[in-house]
Amino acid sequence: MRVDLIDKVPSGAIGTLWEGTKAIAAGFATTLKHVFRPPITEEYPEFRRVLPARTRARIVLTRDPDGGERCVACYLCSGVCPVSCISMQSAERTDGRRFAAWFRINFARCIYCGLCEEACPTSAIQLSPMFETCERDILTLVYEKEDLLVDHGGKDPDYNFYRHAGVVTAIGGKGGHIDEDPPVNVRSNMP
Amino acid sequence: MEPVSLDVTVDMDLQIWIIGTIALVLKLGAVLLFLLLMAAYLVLVERKLLGRIQVRYGPNRAGKYGLLQPFADTIKMMTKEDIVPDAADRVIFLLAPAVVAITALLMFAVIPFGPDITVYGHRVPLVVTDINVGLLFVFALSSLGVYGAALGGWSSNSKYSLLGGIRGAAQMVSYELALGLSLIPVVMEAGSFSLVDIVNAQTQLPYILLEPVAFAIFFISALAEIKRIPFDLPEAENELGAGFHTEYSGMRFGLFFLGEYVHMQVLGGLIAVFFLGGWHGPLLPGPVWLAVKIVLVCLVMIWIRGTLPRLRYDQLMNFGWKVLIPAALLNVVVTGARLLW
Repeated sequence: MRVDLIDKVPSGAIGTLWEGTKAIAAGFATTLKHVFRPPITEEYPEFRRVLPARTRARIVLTRDPDGGERCVACYLCSGVCPVSCISMQSAERTDGRRFAAWFRINFARCIYCGLCEEACPTSAIQLSPMFETCERDILTLVYEKEDLLVDHGGKDPDYNFYRHAGVVTAIGGKGGHIDEDPPVNVRSNMP
Repeated sequence: MEPVSLDVTVDMDLQIWIIGTIALVLKLGAVLLFLLLMAAYLVLVERKLLGRIQVRYGPNRAGKYGLLQPFADTIKMMTKEDIVPDAADRVIFLLAPAVVAITALLMFAVIPFGPDITVYGHRVPLVVTDINVGLLFVFALSSLGVYGAALGGWSSNSKYSLLGGIRGAAQMVSYELALGLSLIPVVMEAGSFSLVDIVNAQTQLPYILLEPVAFAIFFISALAEIKRIPFDLPEAENELGAGFHTEYSGMRFGLFFLGEYVHMQVLGGLIAVFFLGGWHGPLLPGPVWLAVKIVLVCLVMIWIRGTLPRLRYDQLMNFGWKVLIPAALLNVVVTGARLLW
């Protein structure tokens, strides 16, 4: 209520009664008006609102544009996880690429804080908007690597860690990556 | 001695007795069925309407438009564990919900729901029992209903329940006075305590037109009597948990709930009987008119619940003792003066 309106409230008994009656009548009119308004409820199972891409819900392991697994099993997500729900075992391929031999997330413990996603150097682990993960049996909430892997790049579809990494793989040798200079000869003092 | 004539009188007495008993059982069954079904669906209507007032749907999952919700609720209540707290006064704790439900149901016994009908040449009044002091009977039961809340709150041995019970007792005792006093003008107009006579006296003009002040006082006091918003202090969910029924679960809680909604209908019925002309009305038969009026009063009560906030305790007491009771007394005097001259 505006200040100049407050000043106009009469102080006499009749005036107070009149103002009070008017106020209560206005309340009843408002509620009556709302009865005939269509509800604004979005009824969930029938209507599923499209959630923003950055919604923090079920975690996925994404792939790079070439279809390879992005995860290099660096354990950063596992280390940063405040509830220790991520565990894995690292391994190395013959071409020098690291990967997770197994990768496990216990969604019964996950608090969907997104710290794993922030810690990930390769954009491999990402939170997705899929939130419908209710289960009757709590053990079915333990997701293995094959349950977590998806066939797209998630929120960062063009990024490929090994194109920038400076690690010798099938993609290229040292100095052959994007934004990378050739290796410096440390035995020479030339610039 | 003529054995034949004796047999005939015995037969007549027996016939009257049998028809009377059958009619009574049928009336009881019909009234109980109506009250309980209505109570169940009144809950649904209240939830739906409150939902719409708050621009949402209300229950709409159990059956079409949520029409099976009352049954789902009942099944849930029935199958829930009946918890009695260790520290509770067991016997009273178990009895209190029944007091609330029974007093509410019994009150409907004196409410007439139609004109007398004739069955095989016998006159059957459409009221469970026509007591000549029906109005006092209603007030006696209404006062007894206080015990349900007060004892339920006390026997739970929990501070919230106790506070709720005490609030309930204090509130209902204060509002009982205004409730009773507001009806004295109606009794003066009709010249009878019998609810049947009061209804019959309103054939021409419903008393709401003659006694609008009495109607307003009775309606407000009735809201306090059945512990509904804006007078729902005994079960104030914000500060007392659930007040006198905090510790109740399962069907005992259900009985409190049922009692509350039956009470709502009974007071709807009483308002209809005292002020809206009871079962009188054009075109439709008597019982239908009474049901329509009860539903209307209940809808207004729900509307009030959706609009007004809860009063503070001191406001409630002030309003009851300093406004309603003097107004009711004044109304008695004014009506007396009008009838005298």
